[in-house]
Amino acid sequence: MKYLGIEPKRLRFAVFEFTGCEGCELQLANKEETLLAFLGAVDVVEFREVSSARNGAYDVALVDGAISRTDEVERLREIRARAKVLVALGSCACFGGVNRMKNACDLDQANREVYGDHPKETLPTRAIHEVVPVDLKIPGCPVSKAEVERIVQHLLFEVPYQFPVYPVCLECKQHFTVCLFDKGQLCLGPITRGGCDAPCPAGGLGCWGCRGKAADANIDEFRSIARERAHGEREIAERLGFFGGFEEHS
Amino acid sequence: MLFRTLAKPDFKALVERILASTEVIGPKRVGTDRHGRPIHHYLPVESFDEIDLDYETTEFSAKTYFLPYKENLCSYRFQDDDWRQEIRYRIQPRAIIGLHACDIHALIKLDKALARDFFPSPYYISRRKNTFVVGIDHDPCEGGFCRSLGTDTATHGFDLFLTDLGERYFVAIGSDRGFRALSGLPAAEITEQDTEDYLRVRKRIAAGFKTEINVQNLPNLLDIEFESPVWEKWGGKCLSCGSCAMVCPTCYCYGVSERVSMDFASGAKTKQLYSCNLIDFAVVAGGHNFRPNRQTRLKYRYYHQHRGFMEAYDEPKCVGCNRCGRTCLAGINPVEVIRDLQAEDET
Ligand code: SF4
Ligand code: SF4
Ligand code: SF4
Ligand code: SF4
Ligand code: SF4
Repeated sequence: MKYLGIEPKRLRFAVFEFTGCEGCELQLANKEETLLAFLGAVDVVEFREVSSARNGAYDVALVDGAISRTDEVERLREIRARAKVLVALGSCACFGGVNRMKNACDLDQANREVYGDHPKETLPTRAIHEVVPVDLKIPGCPVSKAEVERIVQHLLFEVPYQFPVYPVCLECKQHFTVCLFDKGQLCLGPITRGGCDAPCPAGGLGCWGCRGKAADANIDEFRSIARERAHGEREIAERLGFFGGFEEHS
Repeated sequence: MLFRTLAKPDFKALVERILASTEVIGPKRVGTDRHGRPIHHYLPVESFDEIDLDYETTEFSAKTYFLPYKENLCSYRFQDDDWRQEIRYRIQPRAIIGLHACDIHALIKLDKALARDFFPSPYYISRRKNTFVVGIDHDPCEGGFCRSLGTDTATHGFDLFLTDLGERYFVAIGSDRGFRALSGLPAAEITEQDTEDYLRVRKRIAAGFKTEINVQNLPNLLDIEFESPVWEKWGGKCLSCGSCAMVCPTCYCYGVSERVSMDFASGAKTKQLYSCNLIDFAVVAGGHNFRPNRQTRLKYRYYHQHRGFMEAYDEPKCVGCNRCGRTCLAGINPVEVIRDLQAEDET
């Protein structure tokens, strides 16, 4: 399996889940038409969703979910120590994700509300990179399998992968979607990193920013645009805070 | 130029005749904006009645039928030690009914850059040549400033061009193909009455323009105002989203990327339209960014529209449709930006 005469590296992949919905992991097993080729290009040594195999050594650890318990911190540190490349997979791993919302609440109260009289040990939600150094972040809720494939291809040939840096609006326009601001809705498209192909606006739902902040996002102008169109401070803050990708602005 | 008149039902018959064998694109109403105004897009239609020839403007230009946002440039497949490349130009015929004069000028400008310059694009040419273009006159759209740029009337660049005279169309024939399309239809030689009516309609349209910009000496003014605070003011608002270039009928910038199949046996080169407002537009090998801030990028967009293209082709690239102004969430629009620059020049 050469490309342009060059043999790709054989890399051993392991997949681990933390606090999250496992949607990103499911994505990995998605896209059936290329699944065999995908599994043929990599050696999966640990991945609950597709195999029960457990085998010590791996090169690349794909980590999905956020960190919200002490035992998770320990487990993540161990993975970091063993992996050559640690990849944060999905918005929870990259930013804390929806789980991060609990950080705005009183932790004890949140605990009681969810677990009643049997509270669980819990920490404020953190993204993977807030606990250990991360080599690569693949945002998305869930991640796109097509993008994961391309990134894996780059890893196999040891060439850096270039994420799109433009905001969601570009691809949204390229799908001829009528702008949601024109329909009176709020949309984070102008400040969110593109590359997802703008499926949410195309489906009539404003972007919630699952891919995090676009390069050099003009947050101030975005806020004034939203305010001018009568979106309240609370609505704007909630939207910015949803996936945790705009943490410093929400 | 040859002129004829054609009764409206006969024009409908013409379009239906084209529809029998060819894909037809026309302005179609797709919704209503938050101010209650209709939104139109150029879309494929299945019957003449889906076309709304009274449309004011469209949100997107018709550029996509000549320069698609995404286009496969070539596919390749490896086998043993060899490889095969496949290139397919789009040659299926197509008709676009109801382009306004500004959009026909946009095609003429694209022709200059993409069909007649040093590096003609076969991808563009095959689409352009195989597209039958029917234009139509209309009362000025809100905010459009085409008259200031001389793009409010078209005398070439189309196959047929219609002016609505009530019961009938005044038809300008712009090509052999246009002439042949009328064959078998009761298109009449024009009478004095037709000419009179035509000129009256043209006068009414010309008198309807409310928006103007002064483009006199604009290339020089742009050079003089290179350091103007106007760029700070408008550029500071820019979201670097590229929406303006996407809806613009004459923006043709693009990037090319390669996608390789997961089994590494095949791949494709894809072209995607891009915009000079996007942050990495001027990043070069080695990583240096010649235009790292939004103010500079916005400025260069205006430079290409009104100065760079002028230098290369003796005319501005902008046709004054104001689609960029309407689409920009930050309210950045050529009329105000250029007026601000001129005010700057006067103080
Ligand atoms: S709908 Fe959202 S992503 Fe699409 S153009 Fe409007 S603001 Fe941008
Ligand atoms: S449009 Fe926004 S919320 Fe939807 S997938 Fe893209 S980045 Fe995520
Ligand atoms: S001028 Fe407006 S539409 Fe163009 S990139 Fe800037 S914000 Fe986007
Ligand atoms: S720059 Fe704006 S006004 Fe000029 S042609 Fe492009 S979209 Fe139309
Ligand atoms: S440089 Fe900018 S203004 Fe010129 S064609 Fe490209 S995107 Fe349009």
